[in-house]
Amino acid sequence: MLLSFLATTAIAVVVLRDLFAVVMLFGIYSLLTASIFLVLDAVDVAFTEAAVGAGISTVLMLATLALTARTEKKPRQWSPLPLVVVMITGATLIYGTLDMPRYGDPSAAIHQHVAPRYINESPHETGIPNIVTSVLASYRGYDTLGEVAVIFTAGVGVMVLLGAGTRSRKKKGEKS
Amino acid sequence: MQWLGLYNYWIVIFLMMAGFYVVISRSNLVKKIVGLNLFQTSVFILYISMSKVQGGTAPILKEGFAVYSNPLPHVLILTAIVVGVATTALGLALVVRIKEAYGTVEEDEIHNKDESL
Repeated sequence: MLLSFLATTAIAVVVLRDLFAVVMLFGIYSLLTASIFLVLDAVDVAFTEAAVGAGISTVLMLATLALTARTEKKPRQWSPLPLVVVMITGATLIYGTLDMPRYGDPSAAIHQHVAPRYINESPHETGIPNIVTSVLASYRGYDTLGEVAVIFTAGVGVMVLLGAGTRSRKKKGEKS
Repeated sequence: MQWLGLYNYWIVIFLMMAGFYVVISRSNLVKKIVGLNLFQTSVFILYISMSKVQGGTAPILKEGFAVYSNPLPHVLILTAIVVGVATTALGLALVVRIKEAYGTVEEDEIHNKDESL
């Protein structure tokens, strides 16, 4: 299954020290994620992830690599503490999933409340066949407005951070 | 068969922990941001896995289909992906700025420079 590819790519990302390879693998990882979204019926999310995750993120990271260092330095000594913390957290989370509804279960709690209303009423109320679009732009329009505010703030932040210096750094502006 | 339905969630947790491990154990700031992105993407997969309905199709209304996957998580994650890129861009800009100020992106070297001031 695609998810296993994803796990393998993640291991490679963790292990490799060449940051260029890490960024490229992260691009592959994003593309795999997009294919998984496609398999899971989330077409809108899939093409956003392919364009934004695999495209823009990779370009931004490569631009950063060009301005900083290409390889990661060796750590002084290997410490077992992070691994222990991660193992404990992971075990707790897996214990938490045992109560989750099984994959694809139509009687799961999240399919009972708001979603049926969107599926049944949105064609009459908005006239758009794509439910994701009508929820995004109509029912949850304020969410999208907030999202635009966040992107604007991030863009201003990037410009202030990179543009305020004496040197002109035009390689990496805001692209979101 | 009973446990197979949880496979998606377990992979999500594995990816999440891989990202978490990178963030807390590596000192390179670019690598840390890649780790944060791993973590973030795993949350996206968690949401989209939950929205899937067996035998359903993509939530675009069309004659002849009755079962649709849940559109609400799709909308939330659409927003989250775009916001995620905005925060990544901001983080990378900070990394570039730190490189300009300190001449390195390794966390321990930055600490040493701070101490020697």
